[in-house]
Amino acid sequence: MAQAQALATHPTSNITPEKVREGIELEINGRQFRHTGDADMPLLWYLRDVLRLTGTKYGGEHGLGGADLVLVNNKAVSAITLPMHQVSGKKVTTVEGLAAVDGKLHPLQQAFVDEDAIGCGYCTPGWLIASLDLLNRHPHPGDNEIEQLPNLCRCGCQTRVRRAIKRAAAAIDGGRA
Amino acid sequence: MSHRHDDNVTLNDIGLNDIGPVRPALPSRRRFLQVLAGTAGALIVGIRLAEATDVPVPPALLGDTLYGLGAYVRIDADGNVLIGARDPDTGTGTATALPRIIADELDADWARVSVVQLGLGVENGNGEPRWIYGHQTGGLGDSIPAAWNDLRQAGALARWLLMQAAARRLGVPADRLRTQAGWVIAPDGRRFDYGSLADAASKVAPPQNAVPVKTPDRYTLIGQPAGDVDARAIVTGQAAFAIDSTYGDTLVAVLLHCPWADGSLVSKDFTDAEAVKGVVKVVELKPEPGLLPGDTVLAPSVAVLAEDTWSALQGRAKLKLEWKAGPSGGENSAALEQQANDLVNDKNAVPSTRVRNDGDVDAAGKKAARRVEAVYVQPWLAHATAEPMNCLARVDKERATLVVPTQAPQHAWAVVQRLTGFKPDQIDIRVPRVGGGYGRRLDHDFVAEAVMLAKLADKPVRLLWTREEDFGHDYYRSSSVHKLSATLDRKRQIVSWDQRMASASALAQRHVPDSRLWTSEVDANQLPAGLVPNYRSDWYSLQSAIPRGPHRGMPHVSNAFAVESFVDEIAHALKEDPLTTRLRLIGEPRTIPLQSGGSLDTGRLINVLKLVADRIEWKNWLRTVNGLGIACWHINGTYVAHAVEASMQGEKLNIERVVCAVDVGRVINPTGLEGQVAGATLDALSSALNLAITFKDGQPQQRSYKDYPLATLAQLPDNVEVITVPSDRDPAGASFLAMPTAAPALANAVFRVSAVRVRRLPLMKELRRLL
Repeated sequence: MAQAQALATHPTSNITPEKVREGIELEINGRQFRHTGDADMPLLWYLRDVLRLTGTKYGGEHGLGGADLVLVNNKAVSAITLPMHQVSGKKVTTVEGLAAVDGKLHPLQQAFVDEDAIGCGYCTPGWLIASLDLLNRHPHPGDNEIEQLPNLCRCGCQTRVRRAIKRAAAAIDGGRA
Repeated sequence: MSHRHDDNVTLNDIGLNDIGPVRPALPSRRRFLQVLAGTAGALIVGIRLAEATDVPVPPALLGDTLYGLGAYVRIDADGNVLIGARDPDTGTGTATALPRIIADELDADWARVSVVQLGLGVENGNGEPRWIYGHQTGGLGDSIPAAWNDLRQAGALARWLLMQAAARRLGVPADRLRTQAGWVIAPDGRRFDYGSLADAASKVAPPQNAVPVKTPDRYTLIGQPAGDVDARAIVTGQAAFAIDSTYGDTLVAVLLHCPWADGSLVSKDFTDAEAVKGVVKVVELKPEPGLLPGDTVLAPSVAVLAEDTWSALQGRAKLKLEWKAGPSGGENSAALEQQANDLVNDKNAVPSTRVRNDGDVDAAGKKAARRVEAVYVQPWLAHATAEPMNCLARVDKERATLVVPTQAPQHAWAVVQRLTGFKPDQIDIRVPRVGGGYGRRLDHDFVAEAVMLAKLADKPVRLLWTREEDFGHDYYRSSSVHKLSATLDRKRQIVSWDQRMASASALAQRHVPDSRLWTSEVDANQLPAGLVPNYRSDWYSLQSAIPRGPHRGMPHVSNAFAVESFVDEIAHALKEDPLTTRLRLIGEPRTIPLQSGGSLDTGRLINVLKLVADRIEWKNWLRTVNGLGIACWHINGTYVAHAVEASMQGEKLNIERVVCAVDVGRVINPTGLEGQVAGATLDALSSALNLAITFKDGQPQQRSYKDYPLATLAQLPDNVEVITVPSDRDPAGASFLAMPTAAPALANAVFRVSAVRVRRLPLMKELRRLL
């Protein structure tokens, strides 16, 4: 009897229930991530140091030159100018996320390969992101639109990038047809 | 075909540590081929070059060409071919071109070739380094010629061995067999793929004599266009640069350098920086003099070591430091320009180097019918590589492993050796793809810093220079002032040419082994030397403590701007078409010996000039509303000309068309060459249009792309039309050939369209001032 009563009492526990986890949630290349470190850390260092996604390059503290461009909710933004708290809940695409899962290159990537629009290759991921942003806004960009790209390149890939963007626009069109 | 970096490949990784006895073949005097029986039936072929004991030449004369096992090709039983690329690829395309030279001799199927980027090949030769891959520098324009000289043998030998193996299997003499895209084919159509022959081929006795290389009619890859072997890795973000490399337990280091390379730290307070979460250590780096080769300056600095970059940068922002200027602290670019002006204008100034003195300039000048004079001023420049200086260093008790973005791994090795005292083969220098070089990465200040920090931290260190540090602590290209003076006779012939140039030498602070071409800031063979009977070229050394170094295309870029602008001014004084003036100056097709050896072939120079003139429709020079400008140059037996069409709307300059013709001998990869020529053209235009570093109290005033605005797409021409002269001559390098003539051709076109002669760069600033 005494024993049965003891069993009926709910036992006390040392385990405290799990609190709602803190952190910044965001989606990168289709996958969910939670950043629990410094909310002021720029997205660039989160990508490069924490996730080891090193395709997005460091160009400078002010994000000039375009090497650190990523797409945030489909718009090109310099990753070093974006603290993590500003990308909470957003969708980020880096150069690593452009190709299809089966490895098939995005038409823009393929066009850069076909036009050999590559110098040393360091600034290329940034050019790709800026170009994709451009094609999202202008599916048939003219020279005036292409010339709005902010990217810099000392190797001199600009004329070949111009050709690659036009080639990609045509290829995407062809794909739709 | 693909490119495997894996940043870590050494000979051992490809199985050469398991090789059987090395069997040297006996070809030519200074070149030995080796066949190495690899594991799992692979055929591995290397080149052994010039052992001192093998040749009747004293080692001192051979210089550092004491090569061991050199560049190689490996054929696996499954038919896959692995080819090593030995020179760092800074965007110059050598990782594609060099392996294609080998693959062509091998008759390999390019689709089955993987390229592996080689780290520094160094063996221990009684305490001295033995460079086992031979040539291993990038961006100096000599990678292709060096490869042409020795790498073809590796492919040719491998192919020869495969044919011997096939001959035995078929019972057919080897000379009746042929090869094609990875197959050995018999006259009756029977065929063996290379993979099935690799094991047998590795057991064939090597030839007694050098294997002949292909005749040009049998080339299959050389001369055919090929995309960059790294292209796929680059566009998918998978290509690892040094800046992307790390070990698991690595600390990130960022620096705050002394504003003056020759300054010192007066007071320091690291407390706040050390308190930043993630910061592990804050240390002062006090480089000792003589640390870098040739007493190259290395600025003192304070380093913040942290668990990640963001923490390190935050710590750096909290450093409280007070620096004291060194001698360079008193320097200003305006004063340096005045000093240079005084030197070129002082008739009694004694030149630091009389670069060349043909005939009697003074006597000829006195008899002349007319004289033309002009002064050209060009600014200091930075390198602004896309990938800033960085280095991953791990220094254990008996081994230093570094991942370095370098153009000269052997120099990086020397810096590490000095700091560690290690034996040659205890130092492992790995070179992934490099984010631009332009001469900056011939210096290894950042390597010294990374090694010092790794030793201090007792952990691997990943050093990153911020963009500001990168701009602020460059080895800059010096500014220069050129004074040119020419006299003409009544028949419009240039009878005397007097060039006086003042600049701060890039080489004053350092030891440079090849002094033949780099004795000063002027090439003794540059135009119009050899074409004008009375020709004098003097160089005046500008005294400055600001660090300087090699810069892409130096010394040709600044000299060609002055000379090729000046030829245009002479044409204007003669009231004639500048192409006509140039062709008369060059004269009949002939060869003129160069002081550096080799010769100037005026026929080839005329040819590139005419090619660009035809393409841009120079016949419209007088009529067109737009301005046409032209320029030509030669560098060590290579030839280049640019023609530019420019228009102006108010102050807005539009570069309508750019044509460039190059003659570099045989072209290995037309796609790569076009990329180099178009790229160098755009780089040169970008520099000339916008760029200058100015110094105030010894400190550069430009610290970001905002102040140092490389040209954007909008400022650059839509296209660069590249014309390549077909040639059977041995191939030459082209990484900077198109640099010198783009800017003067533009300035000449600007003069034509605006009547404003720009004698000072950057062009846009000067043009706005003069308009």
